Amino acid sequence: MTGMIINGKTGDWEVICGLEIHCQIISKSKIFSGASTHYGSDPNENVSFVDAGMPGMLPTLNEYCVRQAVKTGLGLNAKINKYSEFARKNYFYADLPQGYQISQFKYPIVGEGFVEIDLEDGSSKKIGIERLHIEQDAGKSIHDISPTKSFIDLNRAGVGLMEIVTKPDFRSPEEAGAFLRKLRSIVRYLGTCDGNMDEGSMRCDVNVSVRKVGEDGYRTRNEMKNVNSVKFVMQAIDYEARRHVETYENGGMIEQETRLFDPIKGETRVMRKKEFAHDYRYFPEPDLLPLVLDDAFIQEVKDEMVELPDAKRRRFVAELGLTPYDASVLCEDRKTAEWFEKAARGHDAKKVANWMMGDFFAMLNEKKISLEESPITPENLGKLVELVTTNVINGKTAKDVFAIMAESGENPEKIVDEKGLKQVTDSGEIEKIIDAVIADNQDNVAAYRAGKVALMGWFVGQVMKASKGKANPGMVNQLLKAKLDGK
Amino acid sequence: MTDLTKLTIAESREALKKKEFSATELTEAYIKKMDEGRKFNAFVCETPEKAIEQAKSSQEKIAKGEGGDLEGIPLGIKDLFCTKGIATTACSNILKGFVPPYESTVTSKLLAAGANFLGKLNLDEFAMGGSNETSAFGPVVNPWSKDVPLVAGGSSGGSAAAVAAEMCAAATGTDTGGSIRQPSAYCGVTGIKPTYGRCSRYGIIAFASSLDQAGPIAKDVRDCAIMLKNMAGYDAKDATSVKVDVPDFEKFLGADIKGMRIGIPKEYRVDGLDEEVAAYWDKAAEMLKARGAEIVEISLPHTKYALATYYIIAPAEASSNLARYDGLRYGNRVDGVHLDDMYINSRTAGFGREVKRRIMIGTYVLSAGYYDAYYLKAQKVRRLIRDDYVKAFEKCDLILTPTAPTAAFPIGDKSMQENPITMWLNDIFTVSVSLAGLPGMNLPIGLNKNGLPLGMQLVGKAFDEESIFKAASALEKDINFKGVK
Repeated sequence: MTGMIINGKTGDWEVICGLEIHCQIISKSKIFSGASTHYGSDPNENVSFVDAGMPGMLPTLNEYCVRQAVKTGLGLNAKINKYSEFARKNYFYADLPQGYQISQFKYPIVGEGFVEIDLEDGSSKKIGIERLHIEQDAGKSIHDISPTKSFIDLNRAGVGLMEIVTKPDFRSPEEAGAFLRKLRSIVRYLGTCDGNMDEGSMRCDVNVSVRKVGEDGYRTRNEMKNVNSVKFVMQAIDYEARRHVETYENGGMIEQETRLFDPIKGETRVMRKKEFAHDYRYFPEPDLLPLVLDDAFIQEVKDEMVELPDAKRRRFVAELGLTPYDASVLCEDRKTAEWFEKAARGHDAKKVANWMMGDFFAMLNEKKISLEESPITPENLGKLVELVTTNVINGKTAKDVFAIMAESGENPEKIVDEKGLKQVTDSGEIEKIIDAVIADNQDNVAAYRAGKVALMGWFVGQVMKASKGKANPGMVNQLLKAKLDGK
Repeated sequence: MTDLTKLTIAESREALKKKEFSATELTEAYIKKMDEGRKFNAFVCETPEKAIEQAKSSQEKIAKGEGGDLEGIPLGIKDLFCTKGIATTACSNILKGFVPPYESTVTSKLLAAGANFLGKLNLDEFAMGGSNETSAFGPVVNPWSKDVPLVAGGSSGGSAAAVAAEMCAAATGTDTGGSIRQPSAYCGVTGIKPTYGRCSRYGIIAFASSLDQAGPIAKDVRDCAIMLKNMAGYDAKDATSVKVDVPDFEKFLGADIKGMRIGIPKEYRVDGLDEEVAAYWDKAAEMLKARGAEIVEISLPHTKYALATYYIIAPAEASSNLARYDGLRYGNRVDGVHLDDMYINSRTAGFGREVKRRIMIGTYVLSAGYYDAYYLKAQKVRRLIRDDYVKAFEKCDLILTPTAPTAAFPIGDKSMQENPITMWLNDIFTVSVSLAGLPGMNLPIGLNKNGLPLGMQLVGKAFDEESIFKAASALEKDINFKGVK
């Protein structure tokens, strides 16, 4: 797929976009203190003296957060830097108790990598990762409780973050959307971030510029901070790119500035002009030693890696015969993929996939329940498919059995047994029913034999009905045709 | 009864064991001295009741033959160490009224060893200064002052003066560029800044994190050894503290120093070096030589850049370390219309001149466009200074230098007030040691013609406090320095 092209008055423009994503690290305690990261606690309940920036308090690095960052780096096909350094990013704000954020600047823990995204037309594209670094989150300022006061909640202050910076590789809002979905899928697979943009555990800054098709280099970009859904990110890119084109074509210039995306109006507005940009005065954090990782540590993390969505998807296509589309739907979420694999084990995987993406997902939707809450176990769905492929029941019966399973959670074999739903494959028995149907409908037999062959379907229906749906449809077809054609 | 405050820690410890007097009596004697010595302005917060209470519990332990290394020993604590339930201010208005709900690692260790705390000691505001004149509580008066009040040095001026005036058995200090060694020299007491990483910085109000290091100021070398042993040690709460064993420094005292190579840096013969200081320097070298040590000339070629380097790195770190004092969560708040006004008002009222000066310098050297020329360059020079020492220590085991270029000067000295650089020059012999993270001790060497104490500095390799204690105990015996009275 080629990128988004804006046809302006003066020619065609392309959009250039890069993303910076802040991912909250899944970890029991904060990155530089022992305080809990539990979400939903009372305000200021999870605050240590370190988080509150008390005098004489020192940060100590949580090794688990380092492990999570390395794991994520590996998931982004990126270089793990054995040497990295923490740095202080200095600025004053009420929810930043130390007056600086401990981050990484010159030497991030993870270097260049890439993520492959899948586009709607079936093509894929590699998006470059510039770096990943770890840092601490700030607290929250709440300004809307009182007209004269601001309230500060430091529960989030000091929670570990991974900031992932992409190369300016996006050429359309769709590519950025696909990337965010893929990234979310990767971090969820790895268990390093829960990826909930609405809860703020994954936050996105969007950088956009445009240039004439064929033009070299980049024009001035604008940054939009904290855009908090995939949809809004896509809207923001689209709006901003069009605004740039319009500005240029009207003889204006784009100034470097930080903008805010307003999801209600669907537009961006200026938040901070360049001349008011902070000078963060980064310098190496003297309270922490440089972070040095050895090969053994990196290997340990590698050994803990799970199969990632791309690899899983490729395997589902190559080994299980799934279509690329089905495979990518099933692989987006790790639990779904694992559920599928369990269900497909030993059975016709393609059929299991069809059942899962059809009736099974529809059932979850209808019941408004999650995969974990499903009354149907993966093993039982597998068995149901097996009953069909081995001709124990036919497809129609299978739908009825599925409906019973969805209510009772019962084993399909048991349902078929108890309700006597096994299909009739005894040709003698089927012939008996056919003979009875033919005998009762001589008019239609004559019409059929006179050339109205379309009546075949009607006959099949009658036979199936008479067998209470249990007759094997294939055999019914075959035997019926033979009798009607008089062979 | 003799004056118990004349006794060293080692002597008191013995006497307490022999039940010659009680820990309570010892503590009361120091409290009396503390009362009498208020004119020195060494203590900014006195906690006599607490000290007595602690002494009583120590006495019970001593009676049972139990107790730690410092059981029943009354100490003074520099007001840069956070002490649980006791006001801690760093001698700054911005922290007035701040009572920490936690105890620093160093003071925790001292308490665990049985010491009691008489109170908090004066210092230059946030340890920024060399004369204790930047303290929000006013300057400490050097107990050696005669007709005009002299400075006690800084930043640990209160600690050095309190020990010199026998208002506590020993005191904690911190040293960033000379803050233990220089006031010890001015007040004629012994103080050691151990190797960076030897003592935990947890709970010590930070000035310049990559340089700050705690250490003791005491009446003699042995007491320094006892104190340091009970202050040092790896602490998981300070990532820069180092996992090395803490030796029993006392066992190095009195050791033979025959064959020990003593380096004399040729670059330290600076212009303006006091003649008497130079003479004592030679004398100290002679004394060591007489005991079989070998005197070698060494070169520390980057010495001349040390002050400039220090006055970039320390303020840079300080400008960031002091950002947390915004009046929001603790300390002194001066309201304003907007958040920014509140910051400006609180910090304008809360910080003194010298602290503001250093915050401005630090902010400047870290600014975009200046970082490479100042901070980054300073970091490079710091490495060169460290390399100088590594090379020098190939030729020697220990380095002998003066601690400060002059003796204590009068409080309010005009040239110092007018030009802060003059004040900063007092650190010339101590800062490079701090930049290299090495251990350094001040040892009183004698009095000048005005009857004021002068000090010598012994500098060791990283984590080789052992050699310092060996040489210092030998020198101490030969010098036989008498205290203030």
